[in-house]
Amino acid sequence: MSDKKKSNIFQRLGESQVWKSIIRSGIPRTRRQRMMSVLNSVFLHLHPVRLPRHAVKVKFTWCMGGLTFFLFLVLTITGILLMFYYRPTVEYAYTDMIDLGEQVPLGIMREIHRWGAHAMVITVWLHMFRVFMTGSYKPPREFNWVVGVILLTLTLLLSFTGYLLPWDQLAIWAVTVGSNMARATPFLGHEGPGAALLALGDINFVNIGSDVKFALLGGRFVGEAALLRFYVLHCIGLPFIVMILMAIHFWRIRKDGGISGPT
Amino acid sequence: MIMNEEGKKEQTVSGNELGQGSTPTGPTLKEKVRKKEASASIGKGTFEEEISRRSFFSWLTIAWIAFSAATVAFFAMMMRFMFPNVLFEPPQSFKVGYPKDYTVGQVDVRWKSKHGIWIIRSPEYIYALSTICTHLGCKPNWLENEQKFKCPCHGSGFRKTGINFEGPAPRPLERFKIVLADDGQILVDKTKIFQYEKGQWNDPESYLVV
Ligand code: HEM
Ligand code: FES
Repeated sequence: MSDKKKSNIFQRLGESQVWKSIIRSGIPRTRRQRMMSVLNSVFLHLHPVRLPRHAVKVKFTWCMGGLTFFLFLVLTITGILLMFYYRPTVEYAYTDMIDLGEQVPLGIMREIHRWGAHAMVITVWLHMFRVFMTGSYKPPREFNWVVGVILLTLTLLLSFTGYLLPWDQLAIWAVTVGSNMARATPFLGHEGPGAALLALGDINFVNIGSDVKFALLGGRFVGEAALLRFYVLHCIGLPFIVMILMAIHFWRIRKDGGISGPT
Repeated sequence: MIMNEEGKKEQTVSGNELGQGSTPTGPTLKEKVRKKEASASIGKGTFEEEISRRSFFSWLTIAWIAFSAATVAFFAMMMRFMFPNVLFEPPQSFKVGYPKDYTVGQVDVRWKSKHGIWIIRSPEYIYALSTICTHLGCKPNWLENEQKFKCPCHGSGFRKTGINFEGPAPRPLERFKIVLADDGQILVDKTKIFQYEKGQWNDPESYLVV
């Protein structure tokens, strides 16, 4: 701490009208001020104002939830960058993807997005495993576990929808196989159990042109419409829901008494 | 942010430092809540009396019901919106030329990518086989040397007839309705499916005698 001059500049900054109107609290020196600076920040108010020591022990949390969130941010930023070059049509999708690797400067952006996506799936699972092994799903945190399960599902759906976008053979047939499983959804898939019950005489309400698989693909097979639907879901629909649920997830940690402790 | 050192300074912090002097004066929040509860319970007796049939159907109630109904209707619209009326896909029913265009004993692959069918002419009849693997929907390839359809996804194999014999596919390939149109061309209708395991390959519409 090479002091007096520095602290003077910061002090003056901290007491200026601009700083006070935006940040409200000054340089956090005391416990109370530190709490206020967290409470007064729109980004940090989801976060508990104070943490017990064990909550930042990597041994306890593995920081897996935090890493998942970090990867989500990386994927959001690289994903938005990719959107500047990628066109979701049968004509351009594959070549734009090749172009991103070969012509666009820093083609590594696409690799970061892809590897980041793989990594996020892994860290979500590890995070869930950690929460399970430390028994952190127990009351009062049982609802946050449920939120977590939905987040896990959405993470997998993000992977699934993103997988189609390169529009190569692997993508098309993997999604063909994946979406065909939706045919067997109970009641909602036209080959699923119970679908035959939803009929009036000869008319099947759940048929090949009205079941969940059709809604997902926007057609009978993986084609132009499916590519566009997956693109919209991947870039807007799913991330939007994920962000809302993450906010709830983090806020609930605070409300449930902070990160659980080692027992 | 770990706050474990008990700073001496903390005790000297005065309330007005950096905008934190907002210690509430006057009634605390709890007291206010208590007061509200008290006044609510006084009004309780009159609350129920106030609801008459006339007031229940007030304009406000009607407005709320209408708004809720519109919201529900809009959710239904959102669902319907996802099911387009017109698909930009090849038609389900189409003509594929004359019987003489097909050689006996050959699997004809020319309609595979456009319409998803193989036309096969056996010595007795012509049939239209679906190119969709009955496992999970990939497109098998016809291997002329091995005289079989082989699926690249998980290795299912089918005979020329469409009967499955290897791999995970649980049932034979499907056949489609095939008839002669008025102009003598072959007409295939993919909306009518014939499945072997249901005994439907005996149906006269599932093959074309030439
Ligand atoms: C998008 C995915 C997810 C993100 C970004 C995320 C993020 C986080 C973060 C940052 C924490 C703080 C503690 C830590 O880092 O370990 C946390 C805690 C927690 N998470 Fe998640 N999480 C996700 C998915 C899940 C899943 C799949 C589950 C379980 C089904 C889950 C259940 C929980 C629970 C119960 C806690 C509280 C743990 C405790 O108090 O010790 N989360 N999450
Ligand atoms: S889809 Fe053909 S073998 Fe699995």
